[in-house]
Formats: sequence, C-alpha cells, structure tokens
Amino acid sequence: MTATRTVTFPAGIVEAGLGTVTREIPASEPPPWPPNAELTWIGKDVPRLNGREKVTGATRYTVDIRLPGMLHARFLRSPLPSAELRKLDTSAAAALAGVRAVVVLARSGDRLRYAGQPVAAVAAVSPGVAGEALAAIDAEFRPLPFVVDMDEARAPDAPLVYDEASVPKGNPSGFPAAPGLPVVGNVRGPAVVRRGDPAQGFAAADIVVEGEYRTQVQTHSCLEPHAIVADWRADGLTVYMSTQFTSGVRQELAALFGLPLNRVRVVVDGMGGGFGSKSQLGVYGRTAVELSRLAGLPVRLALNRHEEQTDAGNRPGTSQRVRLGAKRDGTLTALAIESHGTAGVALGAGIGFFAERIYTCPNFETLQHDVFVNAGPGCAMRGPGNTPGAHGLEQAIDTLAERLGLDPLALRDRIDPSKARREERRIGAERIGWSRRHAPGADPGPVKRGLGVAQSLWMSNVQTNVACEVRVLRDGSVEALSSVQDIGTGIGTVMAQVVAEVLGLRPAEITVRIGDTEFPPGGPSYGSRTTASITPPLRTAATRVLAELGREAARMLNAAPEELEARDGRLRVKSDPARSLAFRDAAALLRTDRISAVESRADDYPGFRRRMPDAAMALEDLGGVQFAEVAVDTETGAIHVERVVAVHDCGRPMNRLLLESQVQGGVLMGVSYALLERRVMDRRTGLMVNADLEHYKLAGAHDTPEIEVVILENLQGSSATDAYGIAEPANIATAPAIANAVYNAIGVRLASLPMTPDAVLAALGKTGRS
Amino acid sequence: MNRFAYANPATLAEAAATTGLVAQAMVTLDEGAVLKAGGIDLLDLLKSELLTPSVVVNLRAIKGLDVIAQDATGNLSIGAMATLAEVAAHPLVRASYPALATAIAGAAGPQLRNVATIGGNLLQRPHCWYLRSPAHHCLRKGGGHCFAIRGENQYHAIFDNHACAIVHPSTAATALVALKAEVELHEAQGAVRRLPLEDFFVGPDDDIQRENALRPREVLTAIRLRKPPASTRMAHLRQGEKAGFDWPLADVAVVLTLDLEGICREVCVVLGAAAPVPHRARAAEQALLGQRLDDATASDAARAALRGATPLSHNDYKLALFETLVRRAILATLA
Repeated sequence: MTATRTVTFPAGIVEAGLGTVTREIPASEPPPWPPNAELTWIGKDVPRLNGREKVTGATRYTVDIRLPGMLHARFLRSPLPSAELRKLDTSAAAALAGVRAVVVLARSGDRLRYAGQPVAAVAAVSPGVAGEALAAIDAEFRPLPFVVDMDEARAPDAPLVYDEASVPKGNPSGFPAAPGLPVVGNVRGPAVVRRGDPAQGFAAADIVVEGEYRTQVQTHSCLEPHAIVADWRADGLTVYMSTQFTSGVRQELAALFGLPLNRVRVVVDGMGGGFGSKSQLGVYGRTAVELSRLAGLPVRLALNRHEEQTDAGNRPGTSQRVRLGAKRDGTLTALAIESHGTAGVALGAGIGFFAERIYTCPNFETLQHDVFVNAGPGCAMRGPGNTPGAHGLEQAIDTLAERLGLDPLALRDRIDPSKARREERRIGAERIGWSRRHAPGADPGPVKRGLGVAQSLWMSNVQTNVACEVRVLRDGSVEALSSVQDIGTGIGTVMAQVVAEVLGLRPAEITVRIGDTEFPPGGPSYGSRTTASITPPLRTAATRVLAELGREAARMLNAAPEELEARDGRLRVKSDPARSLAFRDAAALLRTDRISAVESRADDYPGFRRRMPDAAMALEDLGGVQFAEVAVDTETGAIHVERVVAVHDCGRPMNRLLLESQVQGGVLMGVSYALLERRVMDRRTGLMVNADLEHYKLAGAHDTPEIEVVILENLQGSSATDAYGIAEPANIATAPAIANAVYNAIGVRLASLPMTPDAVLAALGKTGRS
Repeated sequence: MNRFAYANPATLAEAAATTGLVAQAMVTLDEGAVLKAGGIDLLDLLKSELLTPSVVVNLRAIKGLDVIAQDATGNLSIGAMATLAEVAAHPLVRASYPALATAIAGAAGPQLRNVATIGGNLLQRPHCWYLRSPAHHCLRKGGGHCFAIRGENQYHAIFDNHACAIVHPSTAATALVALKAEVELHEAQGAVRRLPLEDFFVGPDDDIQRENALRPREVLTAIRLRKPPASTRMAHLRQGEKAGFDWPLADVAVVLTLDLEGICREVCVVLGAAAPVPHRARAAEQALLGQRLDDATASDAARAALRGATPLSHNDYKLALFETLVRRAILATLA
C-alpha cells in the first residue's frame, strides 16, 4: 500500500460558487492548488513561448529537415477506384540512375480498393528522379466495378468493396470496432447500444419528432502535409515525423522492424496540424523507414496536397435518422437513432456516444452501420463520431423544443444533467443576447438573422502511460522534458507555466524540451488529453526537485525544508520572508551539476470511469455550449456567421490565451464544416475531383466570425493540476449551433451539410430541385 | 513537372527570337514555349503537367508592359503585366471604372493579386476540375467527352454548355467585357492588332481546345478602355461560397448610361461564371433600354437575363442566384 493522506480541495465551478471536496491522495502527490486567482502563472494569459518563431517562419517543421545524403521518396498509387493489379514490374525503375531503393506494397493479383491506394514507392536522389522512376514502373490495372457514393453502395446490386473474407476487422484509428457484426453487401452492422425499452418510451411520449440529417466527408487538410524523414543506421533508427504521438510511433516502429526501443528515436519540432490524422505511423511512415533501411541513407517522404486529400484520412460522412419522444414538459421518454456512415474502405463511421450520454433518457437505442465505398480510408478527426452525431441530435432537440413551445435552453435545462453546461448556457445566453431571439423567419426583408445554440460532449481522457522530468542545473537554469509533441496547442508553454508556478520562476526561464522520445513518454496529442495527462506528473516532478533544492537552501537559511516557499525567483522562509535565497544561489549549493526528478501520471484521485492499457477516462465529461448568430441572404443563399459565443469547461484552465486560441480554431473548423467543406467524388470515374485546397474549400479570414470565448474554471480535485482538455469539445457544437441559427433565421431546416448557397436556395424552394 | 529551359528576354522581339516559337500563352504545344507573366496559373499547369513546355519565357524583365496610362483623348491603357493589385488600386481605374476595381479587388486573395497580372488573369485556363485533373481526359484536352455535363457540375456553366461546361475563370473579364474593353496583341514581327475583348474569347463551339483567339507568336500586351461618358454608371457584384479567396459562383457586371430623364440609353450586362466565355445578357439589355430603372424594370431585366439558360444536374441554383445579382447590380448603378 502506498501511503496516503487526506486533503481538502477547492471544488465546483468558480463562476457559480466554489465548495470543497475531501480526497485521500497518495502522500507523494503535491498539496491542492487554490483557485487560479491565487496562483501566479496558472490560468493566466501567458503568450505562446515559441510564437515569435512561428510567425517569423523560424520554426522548423518536418518538411524543412534536410539530412546529408537524404533521398526523396514518392508513391505509385492506384489510378482507379477499384482494380486488380495485373502486373507490377519495378525492375526498370530500380535500374534507373539515381534510384536507391524500391518498395513494393501490392502484388500482382491484388485487389486495389480506392484511387490513391499505394502500390509501390521509390527513393531517389531527387524528387525529379523519383518521379521518373515512378514513370518507369510497369504496372497494369484491370478496372473493376466500383461505388463511391454511400447511398448507391447500400443498394442490393451495388458493386462490393469487400468480399466476406476481406472485410476489415479493426479501425485504422485504433478504435476498437465492435466484433462479429453482420456484413450484408457493403453494409456492416448495426452496432447496437440499447437501454430501457424504446418502443414503450415512444408509446408513452406526448410528442414524437423525427428527422433525417446528413453530414459530408471532411478532410483533415493539415497545412503541413504528412511528412517523415527516416534515418536508418547500423546503430539505430531516427525518425523525424510530423506526428501527434512520438512515443506511439516509436512503439510501432520497434515492433514492425524488430528493433529494441532503445534503438528507435522519434523526433518532431514544429507541427502544422494533425486533427487526428497523424496519430499513427501509417503506410507512408513505414514505407519511408523501409526505403531508408534498404538504401542505407536518410529518406524524406512528404505527401503532396492531392495525396493529403485522397489518402491521409478523413472524417466519415453520415446519414442519421433521429427520433425523439418527449412529455409535454420536455422530459425525454425515448431516443432512437439509426445511422449509416462511410469511412471509405475503412471502419469507424459511427456517430459516437453523443446521443447516448448527453441527455437523460430512460429508453435509448442507436443502430450504427458502416458502409464501405471505394474511397480513401477515414480516420479519427477532431471529435470523431460526436461531431456528426451532435449535428443530428442537436438539431432534433431544437425541433423538439419548437414543437413543445419551449425555449431550446429551457428544454436543455430540463433534460441535461450537466452542471457545467447549465452554467455555460446561462453565461452564453447573456453574452449572445439570447433574449433577442425571434420566431423562425421573422425578420422582414431578404437578409434574415437568426440565433441558435448547440452543445458539446466529450470524454475527459487521460493517458496514464505518461511521465515528465524536471531538471535544475547548478546555475539555476531549469529544464522540463517530455516526449510530448506540440501539435499547435502550445503545450510547451503550459509546461513552462507549471514548472514556473512550482519553482517560483518565470515561464520564460524554463527551457522546455519536448517532441523527442529520448525524454520521458509524453503520450499522444489526441483525444483532448495532453494537458490532462502531462501537467499533473510535471507538477509532481517539479515539486520533488524543489524539495531537493530546498534541503540545500534550508541548511543555508537555518530553517526546516518544509518552512520554505519558492516565490519571485527566491526560496524564502514562509514565516519570515526576509530570510531568503535567490533560486540561482540555492542551485549553486548543489553537489552535482544538475538534479532531476521524473514522475509518472498518478491515477485521478477519485478514480477513473474506464481504464485501458495506457489510458483512462476520468469520471467527469467535458462540456461546452456554443451560440451562433447568422445572417442569411434568402436571395443568394449565402450564410454569414456573424458571431459565435463559445462557453467551455476543461477542469482548471491552465492558460486562457491558449485555450481561447484553441477554441477559436475549433469554432473556425466548425464554421468550415458547416458551410464549406466537402469531398466531391465523381460517381462516374470514382475519383475525388476537388483533391486540392482550391475547390475543397476551407474557411478563411473573411469567413471567420467574431468569436467570443468563455472558459469556466471547473475545479474537481481530480489530479495535481485538475486540468483537462478542450480540443474536441471546441469543434463539436459549432455546426449544429449554426444550423439551428439558420433555421431560426429562415424558418426552414437545412438537414444536410455543408450549408452552401446552393443548399439554402434549394431549401427555400428557389431551385428546380426543391 | 517536366524539365524546361527558362528564358528571360529584355524585349518582346527578343522574347520571340529566344524561343523561335512564342506560343500562345497557356496552351499546351509539344516542343512549345510558353509565356510566363505572374506565373500563378502557369505554375499550377506545370505541376499538374497539363503544360509540358520546352521553354518558359518570362515576361517580367521586359520593361513597360505594366504601365497604366491615359492617352490624350482620355482612353485608358492597362499594360498586361500590371498586377491585379496595381489595377484595382489605380486612381484612374477607381475613378472611371469602379466596377473593374471592384471585380479585381474581389478576385483571389491579396498575395495572389500582388503577383498575378491582368493579362495572365485574362489568359488563365478554366478551373473546371475535370480539365485540371490529369486523370480526366476531357474534350478540351483532346478526349472524347465532357465529364462535367453528366458529372459534378455545381460550379459549371448554365449557358452554352452543351459541348463543354466550363465557365470562364476571369472575374476581371466580366467587368472588362461590360466596359467594352479592347485587347492589344503584338505579333513577333512587331505588328499590332486590336480586338474587342468580347471577340477575343473563344467558345467551345468555335474551338473546343482554346479559350481565346491569341495566335502563335502573339503576345497580349495591353487592355484598352475608352473614356466613359459622364453619364455612365456601373456596378459589379459577385457571390462565392467563401467570402474571400474563392471563385465566384456567379458574378455580374452592369455598365449603363442614363439620359437626363433617367432613361437607360446604353447598357451592357455581363454574367461571369455562367458560360465558357463572359456572357452578354442581351435580353436583359433589351429589357432595360428605354426604361427608367427601378425595382420592376430591374427585376424584369434580371428574369430576361436567365432566359434560355440550360442548367445542368447540380447547378440550377445559379438561376436564382444570377437573377438576384443582375437585379441588385442594376439597382446598384443608381447608388
């Protein structure tokens, strides 16, 4: 048994009134932090420490890395949506001057299932020679019937993407796919979640609303493409990679190439976006390493934009039939959803657990199906499942509120058990001016305004396989180390704040070394878990290293170590602050050049809801409520999102500036999802026709609404920092909030995404289709 | 991208001499040379290997091709190498041709406008995603059929789309045709010919593989605009999916003159992103001539503008959209 002690934490939503909670925690854990108002750096607007490097272009991304002798790799890909590889002869390519290695990824007779599927790869002395080598590969593809549209793929006579034996068992994002589900044609499922008796629940309802909602395929569109520089040497493998998970990639590489972990190093510095698509090694990563192994030289492989759009993951498209039953007062009696989604040739196109968990409803059922089509595999993308799931359910709730004659906020007050979201609704309603909201379509004139609201739900994830190191050097300088990668959120800055808070220094005085598996395992940057996972052990390590330093200082100050505190760059006696020592002078007393502490992530103090091998889910979920104000031009169909108020919680906010930045990013991505983005597949040729950033449209500066971000301080006494994530909740509520605002503006519901002028005009009956 | 030589001539004559064959800009010619102005569209065409020239002839070193100046009679000459940003900001353009300034200021984004030239903008190839896709061997590339007509045609033409459904990509052209601009074309030997811009563009019925009448060895050097009568009014409106940095779904230029009674005496209505070339809405013009401009006449003209449209499976929304923009553009000339 580890020794424990009982301590009292501040607990509750600070904005709504704070209480306390008493926990028994391991004796090795630091004491409770007070609310942020009483802390020096935590929760404050500390600007991104590497912001200057980023905006001046000094940050080094994986695509910028050039090693001596480095080769350039390129893929040969299937040009057809469905084909049999009849012939693959790479000998002429391999014999070409300047070609150093060739890897074959498919064999003659293999079935190729999407346009862009990798067939072979070459590494050569220049990208040009690599291109010539691709042209020299003798490959023959026999066209086979294909289907790229989800509805067409569900037809009984649709061409089959898989035969029974070849249906994938797992999900490329690593999510477990429910095993043993039936496969009929191209449709796998349903995966069923059921509680209570939905039929009885609908029978008991005073009112039933039904709707069908559709979401499109969205691509991750990371501005930095997937990229890797693999450097295989006799004494080990070093990989520079744009990745969300350095230590995970190291694990994959070690297993795949039979190398001990201590011979594999994965490094990332700057990263230009991941959003879930850079969570794993991937075919491109493993191919680059294999090419480097064969060539004995470093190999650079960076996907081009076409490859990014067709074979680097995507958010699956869905169609969802949502039924809600309710009593007159709004109490839900039944909730049933049947969904079909497509992740192309992959699994994982469900609608998540949003409907399952967000509202109180005794009778519940979801039937989720995966539909295979001949398109590139989907993978996790910012709030996978829940983002399309929220789009359906939050519009259905809006419809139910209207049918019941209830305000959408009042309905949610009745059916949503979350205390955080209740507070978020209250604050958000005030900020957006909810009382101005009029009846649907009530504005006179062609341009109509509307207000809408939608909610977010995501897990409080924690990676338990995480550790941090803090070092104090004899000149008083400090380092914080972790293999964790900054995928753009600014985790390095948060780390500096944590260490600075503990050691009484300034964040700029902390050197943060991250993105390298030489350092303690930092866990993945996905699932909104980085801050939750990494900051508690970091604080604990900093506390321990301070204690060691304090022992030296205490001797000098004639005090007991526990009498000291670290503040304003000094160690001082709490009861007599005049007796103090500069941090630097205390460090000079060290016996060795540096001292260090490594700590791993302790369990959440109240326990976890669910535990996986390297990760866990905390007891509480992450909330978030977003309000949108739109103007719809009913004569052009153009929607302008004028304003979004996003109110979120993430436990203890560590850095409001960075949180706001991340929420703004989530909202902007949601605006883009709501109004613009869609993968367009040509049904006749089976090819994506907008595999670029010209006709695949991402929201830009002109499309950015005024975004107001409010972050609650929601203390729970759960860990040494009480911090959780925000990346995904920030994205989940945006599109349905906009859709509900559009309904409020024009009185017609746009059930499908994206809500382009074309779709708006059709909904208003102004096209031939309507 | 294929390997090519890069020529940097200092004069037009030298440009011709360097290459031996100065090809029409932006048209694939085996063994051919291609002219580079801003290089914006050219780079895309090279990267996708829709163009595989043996020589790229850079025009940027040739002096004097970017001059914007008024002659003695008040007509304006815009050098083909003037950047979009320079044209949109030029005081003479803003004062006398505000519809052109508006059209250009809404094109692409600031970074592109700072580099892209007005000449290159008029000569860029269409952005039909089938044309731009190396995997789709369409009519315009010598293939057997138009993929758009029965395919993904939401951004395609609603007029003159029976053979090939591209839309003309230049928003500047919409305004320039409405302003009755002329282009000035220099041949290698030094001869100059002038052509109304409207006649310069070539529709699919005339030649499916080209979008303009530029001849081999000819260089587009300037755009000429006559001085508009004092009573001229004009407007340009566009609607894209994005609020910036996007192709228009529809854009409309209206240039008209009113007499002292407020009666419309001369009018040109041009629709962009509607047809393979900037589309003169002659029925709308007829509807406006002799009329006083108001909601009713503007609405009538807007309806007339869409008469004869042949929308495809995914683009009939453009009818309502154009109708709105034509009506609003007519009314905007009164503002």
